[in-house]
Amino acid sequence: MKKLIYLMAGLGILGACHNADKTLPIFGNRQTVTKTVDGKPEIDTIYATIPSFSFVNQYGKTITDKDVDGKIYVADFFFTSCPSICPIMQRNMLTVYNEFKSDPNVKILSHTIDPKHDTVPVLKQYADKLGITGDSWWLLYGKKEEIYQIAEKNYLVSAKDSGQGYVHDGYFILIDKQKRIRGSYDGTDMKQVTQLVTDMHTLEKE
Amino acid sequence: MKTKLLLLIAAIACLLFSCQSEESQTYNRYYSMGSVLYIQHCQNCHGTNAEGLGNLIPPFTDSVFLRKNLAQLPCFVKNGLKDTITVAGKKFSNNMPAQGNLSSIEIAEILTYVTNSFGNKMGLIDAPKVNADLAGCR
Repeated sequence: MKKLIYLMAGLGILGACHNADKTLPIFGNRQTVTKTVDGKPEIDTIYATIPSFSFVNQYGKTITDKDVDGKIYVADFFFTSCPSICPIMQRNMLTVYNEFKSDPNVKILSHTIDPKHDTVPVLKQYADKLGITGDSWWLLYGKKEEIYQIAEKNYLVSAKDSGQGYVHDGYFILIDKQKRIRGSYDGTDMKQVTQLVTDMHTLEKE
Repeated sequence: MKTKLLLLIAAIACLLFSCQSEESQTYNRYYSMGSVLYIQHCQNCHGTNAEGLGNLIPPFTDSVFLRKNLAQLPCFVKNGLKDTITVAGKKFSNNMPAQGNLSSIEIAEILTYVTNSFGNKMGLIDAPKVNADLAGCR
């Protein structure tokens, strides 16, 4: 009996150690396809990925899915005149930015959900005031329908114009090098944002 | 023995409490109410430590600005702010939304908290003072 307890404890410790360098889960819909490889059927899983997109960043440069090929990135949705949760999100995103700003393989894509007000010059001014420089954090402008669609269908976050104001949740979505969703974090919660930074380091090593 | 000790503690507490002047009791009440209201109405934008956000949202750590604009502070809270202001050597020009639903006493509590936290020490701002300042808003 005692031996069994020791064994369990040992396994527990091993398990805990293994947990330290876990791989992140893959989110989103998935499909299985059966392929024939060398005459034998093989089952492969196809994960949901972020489709192609084309937006404009705060410098007026067109940013497409090609610009994040082979990179990991964090996506979120905001608007510059947002009085509620955005300041906290931006304050927390700044910690992500400061951690990765010199890493060319990591990007931050913040999409405005109020393109009527947030034109490219407005976004540039906002970036300047936030203290963002360089080419790692992009504030993206695009057609309202396209932004709302990619938010809801692909990043799986809500973005709506309720008529009285813009509705959005404060999630930071982590995307891997194959454009699959690997995590979502409450951008208003510093603890979860710290976890995001840890997970980004894990994901970069994949 | 135990009862004696308790009595002694109670007596000391009583003494301490009565030592507090009415004014400092009022101050304490304003300050603690203000700390709760700050979380509800101000912290989202201005931050847990009133650090502000870049050049978008000003901090509350500039005592010189706060003292200079003391009589205007209730107006800033109640009516919002559209002017460009210079705080801690940085210019801020974004709109501050009006907090019109706050009562004078709530504004007084918030301002007492803000002007006595984050390195500031300016004493009590009470409701009558806020009312007088609001009457003089530009």
